Amino acid sequence: MDFHAIGRYFFNPVVMQKALPLLASGLWVTVKVSFLVIVIGFVLGLILAVIRATNLRYVGKPIGLLIRIYVDLLRASPYLVLLSLVYFALPFAGINLSTFTATVLTFGACLSAFTEEIFRAGIEAVDKGQWEAARSLGLGFLQTMRAVVLPQAVRISVPTLANRGVAIAKAISMASAIALPDLLKQARWAQGIFANPTPLIEAAIIYVLLFLPLLRLTLFLEKKWGKGL
Amino acid sequence: MNNIVENFFNIDVLIRSRHLLLIGFRTTLQLIGLGVILAMGSGLVLAVLRHARKRFLNPFIVVYVDIVRAVPIIVTLMLIYYTLPFVGIRLPAFWAATLAMSLNGGAYYSEIFRAGIEAISKGQGEAARSLGLTYLQAMRHVTLPQALRIVLPPLTTNTLELIKASAVASTVALPDLLRQALQSQSTTLNATPLVGALVLYLILLLPLVQLVTFFEKRMKAGV
Repeated sequence: MDFHAIGRYFFNPVVMQKALPLLASGLWVTVKVSFLVIVIGFVLGLILAVIRATNLRYVGKPIGLLIRIYVDLLRASPYLVLLSLVYFALPFAGINLSTFTATVLTFGACLSAFTEEIFRAGIEAVDKGQWEAARSLGLGFLQTMRAVVLPQAVRISVPTLANRGVAIAKAISMASAIALPDLLKQARWAQGIFANPTPLIEAAIIYVLLFLPLLRLTLFLEKKWGKGL
Repeated sequence: MNNIVENFFNIDVLIRSRHLLLIGFRTTLQLIGLGVILAMGSGLVLAVLRHARKRFLNPFIVVYVDIVRAVPIIVTLMLIYYTLPFVGIRLPAFWAATLAMSLNGGAYYSEIFRAGIEAISKGQGEAARSLGLTYLQAMRHVTLPQALRIVLPPLTTNTLELIKASAVASTVALPDLLRQALQSQSTTLNATPLVGALVLYLILLLPLVQLVTFFEKRMKAGV
């Protein structure tokens, strides 16, 4: 191993400075996509979980079964394979999506499969007696769900949701494979321009600065959140 | 409708591309087998080291595990495959991907094993030590067998995610299942190979998803 090369190739200050604007634009795309994916994933997952919980009482079994198939298929599919299907295969059916839209939709759908399970577990964890109490006070099913069950279910779910949210935000870097100009893609681009791998190291440092506090936060939530619920 | 069948579920195309897909599937299976085993092994070693009596290594292990977990696996892979050659370390795509899986998976596994070891070793590990077993004997015969049993659910979830992540190897041109499918898609101008690849992945991973669900249900039942 050539140790002199490490400073020149891995931590070259000139390249680091020159690459920074590119990396910043990539970081902005990563943050934007992550935000949209998390919003879509959480909202869609919550809706699916409520539908599936409703299913136990009113709707027939088929809808619950459909949601379960959706959830299982998406949980079993590698992100990159789904992303390739959406981006490279859907055009054969006449559906052309931009890299941005393809990424947001694919990861949003994958996240919703995880959050459906999480919200459903939260809904089921709320004591049955509360349902009965609320219903006997004259609240309808949806009223009970909205005013009594969901506030508690969502609170229970927070640590697991945070965990999943961080995991999916990390996985979004895979979208660089379909040329989404995210942090990783811009770093590879800068590496090509400067013929020096420093930008890639720099991107890794930015990822650590971004995700390390979030990972610590999820650990904290898992330990402290919901004590005494 | 005909158009969709012809472009996505075309039997002729599937037959033509079956060799490429199966070779890719074999590469993927090799990568997964090696990657998961090495990740579990290194995770276990890190967890046991962290729990050992001499803990001078602990700060380093904590920092290492935190950093590896904060970096997305595809970034780790890119670092290994595209930056190490600049200091003269050239790994073939397969070994770069195996290494990325071992590093990334190992960090996650080590946290899981550590939680299990901590849950068991307090009372039982101490009892075993007082009966005259050495630290390693107590770990091997008393703590680990029980710790492994209680961490089985998170271990399964983590393994599922690690296997799913193995598809990133296609980005460093490893001819794995995804790569071969993309390759056949571009030669046949048809989406069927990609659908076929997804089906192969599902055959591999759906049982694992069912297992995860089974553990979740059992945990809720309080067994």
